[in-house]
Amino acid sequence: MRHKIHRAPMAVASALLLGVFATSCSTEDPTDSTSGTDESSETSESPAAEESPEGEQEWFDQELYDTQFEQRSATFEGDAETPYLQYIDGEMTDTADFKAKGGQKACFANASISNPWRQTGWITMNQQLKDLQDKGVISEMETRDAGDDDNTQIADIDYFISEGDCDAFIISPNSTAAMTDAVERACETGKPVVVFDRGVQTDCATTFIHPIGGFAWGIDTAEFLIDNLEEGDKVVALRILPGVDVLEQRWAAAEKLFEENGIEAVDYFTGADPTEIKKIITDELGKGEVQGVWMDAGDGAVAAIEAFEDFGADYPVMTGEDEMSFLRKWEETGLTGLAPVYSNFQWRTPLLALEKIFAGEEVPKEWVLPQTPITEDERADYLEANDGMPDGHYAKFGGEDLVGYPEVWQERQIP
Amino acid sequence: MSTATSSPETPTAGRTLPLTEGSLVQRLVRGAITPGGAVFILLAILFIAVVWVNPSFGEPPQLIRFIGRTAPIAIAAMGQYYVIVSGEFDLSMGAVIATQVVIAGNYIGEDEGRVLPAIALMLLIGVVVGLVNGLGTTILRVPSFIVTLGTMLALGGLVKYLTGGAATGNPVDTFREIGRGGIEDVPVLDVLPYSVIILLAVTAGSVWLMRSPFGRTLIATGDNPDAAGLAGAKVWWVKTRAFILSALSATIAGILLVGYAGVHPSVGAGYEFQAITAVVLGGVVLGGGRGWVLSAAAGAFALELLFSFLNFQEVESTWRNSVQGVIIILAVAASARAWSLGRRPPSRSTPVTPAPSPTSARPGTETGEN
Amino acid sequence: MSATTDRTPDPASTPEAATGTESRESVRRRRAARPRGAKQLDSTALIYLVLLGVVVVSAVLTAVEGRNFFSQGNVWAVLTAMSVLGLISIGQTLVILVGSLDLSVPYVVSLATVIAAGGMKGLDSNLSAAVFNTLVLCAVVGLAMGVLVSVFDVHGFIASLGVGLIVSGYLATNYQGSHGDASPALELLGRSGIAGVIPTAFIILLVAAVLVTLLLRYTRLGHHLYAIGGNREVARMSGVRTAVPVIAAHVMCSLLAGLAGLLLLSRTGVGLPTIGSQGRYDLLSIAAVVLGGTLLAGGKGSVVGTIGGVAIFAVIDNVMGVMQVNPFLKDFVRGLVIVLAVAVYARRSVVRRPPRFAGNRPSLPIPGSTTKEETA
Repeated sequence: MRHKIHRAPMAVASALLLGVFATSCSTEDPTDSTSGTDESSETSESPAAEESPEGEQEWFDQELYDTQFEQRSATFEGDAETPYLQYIDGEMTDTADFKAKGGQKACFANASISNPWRQTGWITMNQQLKDLQDKGVISEMETRDAGDDDNTQIADIDYFISEGDCDAFIISPNSTAAMTDAVERACETGKPVVVFDRGVQTDCATTFIHPIGGFAWGIDTAEFLIDNLEEGDKVVALRILPGVDVLEQRWAAAEKLFEENGIEAVDYFTGADPTEIKKIITDELGKGEVQGVWMDAGDGAVAAIEAFEDFGADYPVMTGEDEMSFLRKWEETGLTGLAPVYSNFQWRTPLLALEKIFAGEEVPKEWVLPQTPITEDERADYLEANDGMPDGHYAKFGGEDLVGYPEVWQERQIP
Repeated sequence: MSTATSSPETPTAGRTLPLTEGSLVQRLVRGAITPGGAVFILLAILFIAVVWVNPSFGEPPQLIRFIGRTAPIAIAAMGQYYVIVSGEFDLSMGAVIATQVVIAGNYIGEDEGRVLPAIALMLLIGVVVGLVNGLGTTILRVPSFIVTLGTMLALGGLVKYLTGGAATGNPVDTFREIGRGGIEDVPVLDVLPYSVIILLAVTAGSVWLMRSPFGRTLIATGDNPDAAGLAGAKVWWVKTRAFILSALSATIAGILLVGYAGVHPSVGAGYEFQAITAVVLGGVVLGGGRGWVLSAAAGAFALELLFSFLNFQEVESTWRNSVQGVIIILAVAASARAWSLGRRPPSRSTPVTPAPSPTSARPGTETGEN
Repeated sequence: MSATTDRTPDPASTPEAATGTESRESVRRRRAARPRGAKQLDSTALIYLVLLGVVVVSAVLTAVEGRNFFSQGNVWAVLTAMSVLGLISIGQTLVILVGSLDLSVPYVVSLATVIAAGGMKGLDSNLSAAVFNTLVLCAVVGLAMGVLVSVFDVHGFIASLGVGLIVSGYLATNYQGSHGDASPALELLGRSGIAGVIPTAFIILLVAAVLVTLLLRYTRLGHHLYAIGGNREVARMSGVRTAVPVIAAHVMCSLLAGLAGLLLLSRTGVGLPTIGSQGRYDLLSIAAVVLGGTLLAGGKGSVVGTIGGVAIFAVIDNVMGVMQVNPFLKDFVRGLVIVLAVAVYARRSVVRRPPRFAGNRPSLPIPGSTTKEETA
C-alpha cells in the first residue's frame, strides 16, 4: 500500500510536468496570434489526417517535365568551348547597380562537400577563384560549409548577412523549400545573390544557375534504356536517397517513361554504398534476369557492374554518370551504356557570374547550363582528356584552362 | 555471477552457458532455448522463408556466394562481440573499415609489390586504433561509447581530409581477389570464395580464443570487472585486447570489402550499428558477460538473410528500416525474457545466485534492462 | 555500458588494481543522487571553466581573423546553434541519468517537423492544435520506448535504435521531401529575440533547462531518476517503482526532441523528414551530455552541466566556421575534443574522490545487482 500512496502524487506530478511542457510551448509560440486559441478546438485534427501518403506523384511536374524536355534540344547562347558560360536565351537581370571597381568580397554558403561530385566542383571553384583574384575582380571568398544540414546553412547565411561584410552572396542550397527565407533575407541586403545547383522558391536572386535539370536526366537515361531494351525487360533502379528534389525528379521522369513503355522497373535506395549496390543486384539476379540498370547518380556504378560479372550474368544495358570510375569500367567491359551528366562545370559559373555582375553586364535571370550525356562515341575523348584523374573525378568538370590543371584535381587538393 | 570466479570446479564461462553437461541432445535442446541458441532457430526460419520465396537461393553455388558476401559483416560482428561481451561498445568500426579501404586504394594502387606491405600496414593501423580505444576506455576512463565515437569522428574526418574525400581508384586485382575471387571448379559449390575460407578461419580462431583463458577472463570481466579484478585478471589489458581484436576484425572486413565492393569512401558506413545489431540479435547482452561468439556471427547472417528476404519480396525500400527496427526490438525483448528465465531454475550443482532478491515478485526483473 | 570507465575509477594506481570498487561507486552514486552536494558544484564549475577557456581561445582566434567573437551577430549565431541541440540534450540528460539512452531523437525531431508543418498548413489558426498533436505524438513515441525499456527489459540502446528505425522508415515512406508549411506566427518566433542578441529559441532552452533542473532537484520523480540511474536494483528495493521514472524520462526526452523539432520548423518554415539526421543529433546530444559531466552509466549529472557541454560544442563549431576550417577536419577536431574533454573530467572525478571511501566498502550483497548497472 505504501508504494501506491507514494506513487499517486508522483504520477500526478509527472503528468503535470508534462502538461507544463505541452502548454509552455503552445502558449509561447503564438506570440501575437490571438485567433489561434479560439479556433484550436474546432480545427484540431488528428495527425493521422495529415499522413496521407502523396506517393511518387508528388515529384512529377508535367510543366517542368515538358520544359526540360524541350531544353534538351535548345540552342545555347555563347561559345560551346566554354559551356560554363552558355545559357538559354531568356529573361536577363540588369546589374548596372552592382557595378563596382576593385576586388569585391564573395561569401559562399555551401551545402556540403560530402560526395565526389561536390568535391570535384569545389576544387574547380577554388581554382576559378584564384583566376578572378589574379584579375582583381574578387578580393576574397569566405566559405561556410553546412555539412548537409539545413539548419546550419540558414545560420550560415544569417551569419554572412550580419558579420560577413559581404559584397555578394553565393548560395548552393542544401534543400529547396527550407532555404527560401534565408535566401530572401540575403536578397534584402541589396547585394547580388547567386544561387546555383538546387533552387529555392523565390526569384529574388540575381541569377539562378543550374544545368537543365533532373527531368532531363530522367528522360535521357530512360529513353536510352527503352531504345536498347525490349518491352517486358527488367530494369533495376539504384537511387541514393529519398527526398532530394534533384534526385527525385530524375527518377520521377524515368519511372513515368518506363511505365509508359512496358519496362519493368524496381527501385532501391542504396546510400551510394557499393556494398549495398552489389548485394541488391546480386539478389535481383538470383531472383531472375536483369536486362538494365538505371542510376540516379553514377557513384558506385562499378559495384553494380561487378555484381553482374561475379554472378556470371550478361552485362546489362546501363546508365551511370560521367564519374571516371564508371567511364573506365564502361570502356573496359564494353557494355551498352550511357553516361548522363549533371554538369559539374556549373561550379565555375557562380564566380564568373559575379565577374559579369560587378562589371555591370546583364546576366540571365535563370541561367540554364547545357547538360549533355556522354555517349559511347565520345567516351574515348573524355577518358583521354582526364587521364590520371582519380576515380571520383567527373569528366565534365570544365576546368582544363584553369591554373593548377591537372595536378590539383589529380591530387584532389581540397582547401 | 561473481560466484563463478570463486568456484574453481566450474569454468568461468560455463556458468553463463551451462552447455557442458548432459548428453549431446540435452545440450543442444538446452542451448536452443537460450537467446544465443535461439538465433540459430531464427536463422533457420529466415533461411526457409528466403528459399520459399526464391528457391534458387538454396542451390549451393548461390548459397556459398551469399555466405561469402556476408563474411565481412559476420567477421565485424565477431569483433564487436569481444568488445560488447567485455561490457563496452565500439562505434569506430565503420570508420576503421573506411580507412582501411581507402588505404588499400591509395597505397597499393597498381603496384602488386605493395600488397603484402599494405596488409601489414592495415593490420598495424588496426592495432593502433584498437589500442587507442582500449587505453582511452581503461586508462583515461572515458566511456567506450564516447572514446569510440571520438575515434569514429576523428578517423573518418582525417582520412577524408587526407584523401580529398575520394580514393584514387581500385587497387590491383590480386588484392581484390581476396574479397572477390575464390577457388574455381569446386564440386557442388562451383566456386569456393576466399572470403568463406577466411570467415571459417576467423570463426575457428574466435571459438578457440573464447575457450582459451583469455576468453573466459573476457566474459568474467564483462560480467563483473571487479570480481574479475579480484580474481587476478588485468581488467584494463583484457578490455584493451578486446578493442584491438575488434579493430583487427574491422580491418579484415575492410580487406574483404575492398574486393567485394571496391574502393569508395562510403564503404563501411553504418557498419558499427549493423555489427552491434547483429551481436544483439545473437542474444549477446549489451553490458557484457553473456553470449556466444558464434551467435554473434549467426546474428549477422540472420540480419543479412532478412535483408535478402526483403529484397526478394520487393518490400518498398523505404520500409526496410522499420522492419529492421521491429525485428531487433522483438529479438531483444524475447532474449531479455529468455535470459532471465534461463537464470532462474537452480538446476546447477554449485550454489549460484542463492538468494533471489527479496522483492522479486516479477520473474525476470533480475536481469535489469538486459 | 562501459563498466570500467564509469565504475572502476580506482584512484591513482594502475587499472589492474581496480579491486572491488563496485560498491564504493554505488555509494558515490547515491551521494551524487543528492543533487545539491558541494561535489556536484565542483564538477559543474569545472565544465564552465573549460567553457570559459574555450571561449577565450575562440575570441582570440576570431580576433586573429579580424572579427569580434562578442559581436551581436556572432553571439546570436552561437546561441541559436545551442538552442536545438540544447533542448535535445536536456532530454538526453534525463534518459541517461535514469540509465537508459535515446538514439531515436533525430527521427523524433524530423517527425515533429513534418507533423507540425502538415497540421499548420501555413495558418496561425492551426498553430495550437498542430503543436499539441505533434507533442502528443512525440510523447507516444517516448512512451513506447519507456515501456520497452522498463517493462520489457530491452536495453535503451536497442529500444531507441529500433524505435528510431521504425520512425525513419515511416518518414521515408510517407514524406518525400519537404512537407507542409509552418504558421507565420511560428516563423516569426524563429526570427524574434531580445535586442538582436538573444534569440527566443535560446530563451525557450533556458526555460526548459530551469524546469527540468527544478524537476530533478525538488520532485520525487527527479530524485527517483537519480536513484534508479545509480542503482536500479537498490532503488527498487528501497520502494521506488522503477518503471514510472524510466517511462517519464523517455517521454520527456521525446517531448523535448519534439520541441526542438518545432524550433527547427520555426527556422526552416517547412517540415523536413531528414532534418534530424542532418544534424546528427543522436550522437552529438549524447556527446554533449557526457561533455557536460553526466555519467553515461547514469545516476550522476545535471542539466546545467549539459548546457555547458552544448555551449562548448557550439563555440568550437562557431570558431571553426569563422576560421573556415576544412569540413573534414572539423569532424577530426570534434572527435578529439570529445575524448580529451571527457578524459579531463573522468580523471578529475577520480582524483577528487574523498579518501574515506577507500577503506570501508558497505557491502551490497544483492546477487546480480552488478549486471544491472553495467547494462544501464
